Amino acid sequence: MQQSGDSLKQLFQQEFAKMVAVISKLYGLEHIETAEDIVSDTFLTASESWGMKGMPANPTAWLYAVAKQKTLYHFRRKKLYDQKVMPVIRNAQPEMDTTEPDFSPQHIRDSQLQMLFAICNPAIAAEAQIGLALRILCGFGIDEIAEAFFSNKETINKRLFRAKEKLREEKISLEFPPDADLPARLENVLRIIYLLFNEGYYSKTQNRVLQQELCVEAIRLCLMLTEYEKTNRAETNALLALMCFHASRFEARITPDDELILYEQQDESKWDQGLIRQGIHFLELSARGDRISTWHIEARIASWHCIKEDSPQKWQQILQLYDQLLEINFSPGVALNRIYALYKAKGREEAIKAAQELDLTQHHFYWLLLGELQSGIDNEQAQLYFKKALALAKTIPEQQGIKEKIRKLSELH
Amino acid sequence: MKEFALLFRQPDYDYSNVSPKDFEVITRKWQDWIGQLQSGEKMVNNGTRLANEGKVLRAGGVITDGPFVEIRERLGSFIIVRAADLEEATTLAHGCPALDAGGSVEIRPLFEY
Repeated sequence: MQQSGDSLKQLFQQEFAKMVAVISKLYGLEHIETAEDIVSDTFLTASESWGMKGMPANPTAWLYAVAKQKTLYHFRRKKLYDQKVMPVIRNAQPEMDTTEPDFSPQHIRDSQLQMLFAICNPAIAAEAQIGLALRILCGFGIDEIAEAFFSNKETINKRLFRAKEKLREEKISLEFPPDADLPARLENVLRIIYLLFNEGYYSKTQNRVLQQELCVEAIRLCLMLTEYEKTNRAETNALLALMCFHASRFEARITPDDELILYEQQDESKWDQGLIRQGIHFLELSARGDRISTWHIEARIASWHCIKEDSPQKWQQILQLYDQLLEINFSPGVALNRIYALYKAKGREEAIKAAQELDLTQHHFYWLLLGELQSGIDNEQAQLYFKKALALAKTIPEQQGIKEKIRKLSELH
Repeated sequence: MKEFALLFRQPDYDYSNVSPKDFEVITRKWQDWIGQLQSGEKMVNNGTRLANEGKVLRAGGVITDGPFVEIRERLGSFIIVRAADLEEATTLAHGCPALDAGGSVEIRPLFEY
């Protein structure tokens, strides 16, 4: 791996997570906070030392050596305390092993994968799982996590603290799940990775760089899963394909002023063809399994969206895929998307009829879609729908987009 | 020109919230400050970092493992600079990132033989 070209920031994000995973693996998940502290301390030492002397020839090796030294120092002191001081106070004598942390590539990979499974544990609330993943697996700071969740530092700190408590209470250990449990556990891991991706893609924050980082991290974690035989399953590749397809439109979907550009209006020359090809590659790999997961279907829908030209066949296919998806897993969002496909495949009338049957009145997309469908048929009704959507829309770019639609319709009068 | 040792003492950091951004910022601060000293040809020796561990020998032959971690400020590292007098050396110490972290810089003239 090319080290010298990496910026300090990248180095931090890559190595923070690896070192925390290895140290936690060695001393147990109950010491995860200590592991974080040791690694943070290592980076602070590095920042002072490298600032004064310049970056060493092999910064990663430098970090590992210092972290190793700090880890041994910490746990040796703790052992001394536990064995010499504690017995005097009370008769407890927990044995503490002071083996050296092993920063070999193989061991780093195993520890990180096990950490991924430990953090994506259903015992912890989903939001806290994402937060922990961002902190422990992606090396984000509390400030950045707070910004990503559009929340404040205190809330995030509390949330992470409770999640770590839970890890301790539930005695969750850093191990691969037994083979029999793997598919179910992997399902949860994939779901959290996708939520992490969504947190970036449909982000509440306006910070573009942060949004992109969240998506890249989700893809990186999923890639990590494909590098290990047992987790390199069909559904892992399907999710990876899905995220590649979505991410390919990252540049095309936002104006320089941070306004959302809807799919229809996007400049397809800005779609990242490299990512689309990657997506196709992983989609092919995903077809080698013996079952179809929701990720497969969503990835195939996403792959159709990477073809800009409208054709009856395209929308017919998308509609069928949505029907399949609804059968496996009903969700309001999917039902709404299906209606859009229905409109494209079979026309407005049928779509309006289906939409009215849905009754998702708390959802701004529902009103947006109805408004869209009514535009051109009954503009006044369409405006009413858009106004309802406006009242429910949460983000500023969305509100601006809806206002624009209302303005355009009123000009037609 | 005389030589002075600048000894940095820093309180224990808050380790719970170091982010890639902080890491970059702190590194940059040290780089800028050291760079400034070097470009003004004030730097004699950029010292050696002291590791966290160590021992303390006290009168009576008592050896302990600490107490660097417990005291509020620990000696981080030192550099040696060149300056006309103590006043100028003190001026050079301004801008040391240890100060931003709530630490201190001790400025001591070196003995001339």
